Amino acid sequence: MKRRDIFKGAALAATMALAAPAVAQDKQTIGVAIPSATHGFMGGLNWHAQAAIDRLKETYPNLDFVLSTAGDAGKMVNDIEDMVATRNIDALVVLPFESEPLTAPVQAVADQGIWVTVVDRGLSQEGIEDLYVAGDNPGFGRAAGEYFAENLQEGDNIVVLRGIPTTLDNERVEAFQAAIEGSGINVLDMQHGNWNRDDAFNVMQDFLSKYDDIDAVWASDDDMAVGVLEAIDQAGRNDEMWVVGGAGMKEIIKRIMDGDPMLPVNVTYPPAQIATAIELTALGLVSPTPVSGRFIIGSQLVTPENAEQFYFPDSPF
Amino acid sequence: MTDTTATETRATPRRRLNLQVLGPVMALIVLIILGASLNSNFLSYGNVTNVLARSAFIGIIAVGMTFVITAGGIDLSVGSMAAFIAGVMIMAMNYMIPTLGIGMPLVLAGMVVALLTGLAAGLLNGFLIAKVQIEAFIVTLGAMGIYRSLVTWLADGGTLSLNYDARSFYRPVYYDGLFGVAWPIIVFALVAILGELAMRKTPFGRHCASLGANEQVARYSAVKVDRVRMATYVLLGLLVGVATIMYVPRLGSASGSTGVLWELEAIAAVIIGGTVLKGGFGRVWGTVIGVLILSLIDNILNLASIVSPYLNGAIQGVIVILAVVLQRESKSAD
Repeated sequence: MKRRDIFKGAALAATMALAAPAVAQDKQTIGVAIPSATHGFMGGLNWHAQAAIDRLKETYPNLDFVLSTAGDAGKMVNDIEDMVATRNIDALVVLPFESEPLTAPVQAVADQGIWVTVVDRGLSQEGIEDLYVAGDNPGFGRAAGEYFAENLQEGDNIVVLRGIPTTLDNERVEAFQAAIEGSGINVLDMQHGNWNRDDAFNVMQDFLSKYDDIDAVWASDDDMAVGVLEAIDQAGRNDEMWVVGGAGMKEIIKRIMDGDPMLPVNVTYPPAQIATAIELTALGLVSPTPVSGRFIIGSQLVTPENAEQFYFPDSPF
Repeated sequence: MTDTTATETRATPRRRLNLQVLGPVMALIVLIILGASLNSNFLSYGNVTNVLARSAFIGIIAVGMTFVITAGGIDLSVGSMAAFIAGVMIMAMNYMIPTLGIGMPLVLAGMVVALLTGLAAGLLNGFLIAKVQIEAFIVTLGAMGIYRSLVTWLADGGTLSLNYDARSFYRPVYYDGLFGVAWPIIVFALVAILGELAMRKTPFGRHCASLGANEQVARYSAVKVDRVRMATYVLLGLLVGVATIMYVPRLGSASGSTGVLWELEAIAAVIIGGTVLKGGFGRVWGTVIGVLILSLIDNILNLASIVSPYLNGAIQGVIVILAVVLQRESKSAD
């Protein structure tokens, strides 16, 4: 099954390379620059970008797409410059690898009158992009926090695993803390699991040694939730606590669909936001529909009842 | 204990040697006392098992790294290599389920795949370094990038997961054990004991040290320099395979973020343990102490949470440097 996917991937890469020089005349071209698939979330994002492009090519035959993935900010800048210079793009959809280094190059693109859509990570100066599409980080923490506040009693104990120390992580955790404020929930401890399964496993093992009474865990990410669940299982304390991850990894969503008592809900931070950005940009090019402004995709609570609509079995994430 | 080291150590006074040897041991004891005083669960059976089992991956790799560094080499690729081997092993096992079914043959076949992949990866590194004569730093830096992106590619940017039933069958390899001692701990102990014996009692260990101390002299002393150098990388590759065999049953998955920075942890453990980074002298049991120090720091920081978690890395850095400073000072004590 995985093998087959490899060959599919290789074939895809080959066809993409072959298809690249084929550019017809009055076609409009959209350039898409995203970070390469170095971890689960970005893998999902890459998959959704490709899926959106395939879908749009079919719907609008006069639209052409250039997709480039970059492993660092420097390569992303080069990719964008190449797109403008050699492919004459009419619109750029970019998920900046880092805000600072990408700001000036994207500004230069916008100055040439090319439509710019920025996704997820904002640029360090406001007003450059025509359209901004992003997930809702404070909403991500708030949705989880509200679920905890509603479903735990006063005096219940929770532990929190945080991601890699970044503003994004801070926004999520602050919103979570604000949402549980006044509920009487006791946050025993917070440590960084770095959005990594192994780190989260180790941290959770130590939390379990340290605290005899834990009622719930906010793992704040599905990769971390996998490590957390394994540590709880090892300690044989499955009946004591439930776990809330986040971002909507397909394995976790599947378990929610199946009604796993340890995974009551999940909070989305969809990698499919890249699809929203590409679709809106395409819509703006092919029709007079106004699409400029800011589009913030709400973080939704995934429950066993609605989990099916968040389940993408073909996506790698 | 001085019988296999260079003659210059043999001539030194006993006290100086003892102090030098005691450096990392003292650091370990201080950490254990600190941990025990901060949290009553620190010395509990559960926590001790957790820490030792966790140390096993880096530990098994670090034993191999001790030989590489003693022979004057370095290997930066082991973390990515472990991720790559884990990926290949998972894919191979998933692929073989229809033919072998779920059971011992499947697990054994998976282990063979892991060992062979490790062996091949080690051979490739060793060949490029010893025969083609490219700098070890460059070869293994390149290999680090190659294996890391290969595993990301194999996983299609996501995660490779072992079939659920196969995983349930394989799981006890990490979580169960003999007489209450978990398998990873047993394997780690065996690897460490065999490594210690190989370093001290066999010609191979002596050849590694002489090669690391002075390649020309080793060559004139009829040491087959290329072969020994290559053997150290092959041994390391094989041990990375062994570590992966213990790692895969833990979470049953591999991704681009598996084994990140393991190479630096392994190298740090080797140096903390008293092996000389320039080569020429290696101490396998010291490496074991080094690995334990590194995992204990993490464990204590999690158990104690006395400082902001933002500072964990800084504290780790300070303790690592202190453990080595302790050795240097005692070295020049008299």
